[in-house]
Amino acid sequence: MSLILQFLAQQPEPVQQVVDKVTTGEAIAFWVLGPLALAGALGMLFARNAVHSALWLVVTMLSLGVLYMVQQAPFLGFVQIIVYTGAIMMLFLFVLMMVGRDSSDSVVEVLRGQRLAATLLGIGFAVLMVGSVARALTSVDAAGLQEANTTNGGNVGNIGQKLFTDYLFPFELTSALLITAALGAMILAFVGRDGKPARKTQKELVEERFQEGKRVGSIPGPGVFATANSVATPALLPDGSVSEESLFEVIEAIDKSVLSDDVAEVAGTGHQPDSHALKGSES
Amino acid sequence: MTPTYYLLLSALLFSIGAVGVLVRRNAIVVFMCVELMLNAVNLSLVTFARINGSLDGQVMAFFVMVVAAAEVVVGLAIIMSIFRTRRSASVDDSNLLKY
Repeated sequence: MSLILQFLAQQPEPVQQVVDKVTTGEAIAFWVLGPLALAGALGMLFARNAVHSALWLVVTMLSLGVLYMVQQAPFLGFVQIIVYTGAIMMLFLFVLMMVGRDSSDSVVEVLRGQRLAATLLGIGFAVLMVGSVARALTSVDAAGLQEANTTNGGNVGNIGQKLFTDYLFPFELTSALLITAALGAMILAFVGRDGKPARKTQKELVEERFQEGKRVGSIPGPGVFATANSVATPALLPDGSVSEESLFEVIEAIDKSVLSDDVAEVAGTGHQPDSHALKGSES
Repeated sequence: MTPTYYLLLSALLFSIGAVGVLVRRNAIVVFMCVELMLNAVNLSLVTFARINGSLDGQVMAFFVMVVAAAEVVVGLAIIMSIFRTRRSASVDDSNLLKY
C-alpha cells in the first residue's frame, strides 16, 4: 500500500521543454501568406463564376502549403501543393468544364432569410472560435519539431516510421478507402447502354445489305450527251434503250405540257434570242 | 507572435468555408467550400503538431488529405451523374425526394 502511495506521490519527471520561438522571417511569411489565404477564401465565397471560385481556392491552398513548410512540416507542404492544387483542383476544373461553367448560382432564395441567417451564424461561429482560441492559447509556447525533423531521417523519415508502426492499421484502411472510392467513381460516372441493343458490327451490316437482294452499287446518273446535259435526260443502256433507273422520278411525274417550253428550248425549235430586240423597232 | 495566430487563421478559414456551404447554390462550389474547411483543419493539425512537439498531428493531417482526395472523387462523380439526369448543378434542383 505504501508502495502504491509512494508511486502515486512521485511526480513524473518534467519533460525538458525546448521552446520554439517564432523567428522574424516566419512572422513575415505568416503576415504575407495569412491575409493572402483569407483573401482567397473570401474571393471563393463571393465570386459569381464557379471557375473564378476554383482559382481563388488555388490561391488559398498554395498559401497554406507554404505555411505548412514554414511550420516545420515540409512533407505536408509539398503534398498539399501536389495533391490539392495539382490533382484535386484540376479535377474540380475538369468537372466544371464538363458540367458547364456558366451554370452560375441562382440568386433566388428558396428558404426566406437563409442567406442572412447563414452569414450571421458564420460570423458568430468565427467570433466564438477566435475568441476561445485566443483566450485559451495566448501564453502557449510551442515545443517545436526541431528534434523530430533532424534525427532519424528527418521529417519524411519520421512520418514514414509513424505511418508504418503506430498508424499501420489506419494506413492499411486507406487502401480499402481509395479502392472503394475509385470503383464508386467509375460506377457513378459510367454511362451504360441501358436497354438498347448492342450495335451491329460492320460484317453484320454488309451481310444484311447483300441478303436484301436490292441493287448494291449506285444507280446510274442521267445521260450526258452532246446535245443535252439536263438531269431529265435518261442514260442509255449499251443496246440503245433507256435505263429506267436513271430517270429522276420527280421530273418523270410532271405532266409533259408543263415542260413544253423547256423541251422546245433543248430541242432548238422554240423561241430564239433576237439580237435586234433590245434596239427597238426603228433600226 | 506565437503559433496561436495560425489557429486563428484556421478558425477564420473554417468559418468562411462553413458560410460558403450554407450560402452557395452551385454544388461544385459547395464542394470547394468543404475542401476549404478540410484545409483549415489541416492547418490547425499542423500547428498543434508543432505546439505539441510530436509528429502525430502531421500524420493525422496526411490522413485527412487522403480522405479528402477520395471524397472529392466520389462527390464529383455524384455531381456529374446528377447533372446528367437533371441538367443542373444547383443544389436547389435536387428535390425529387421532397414531396
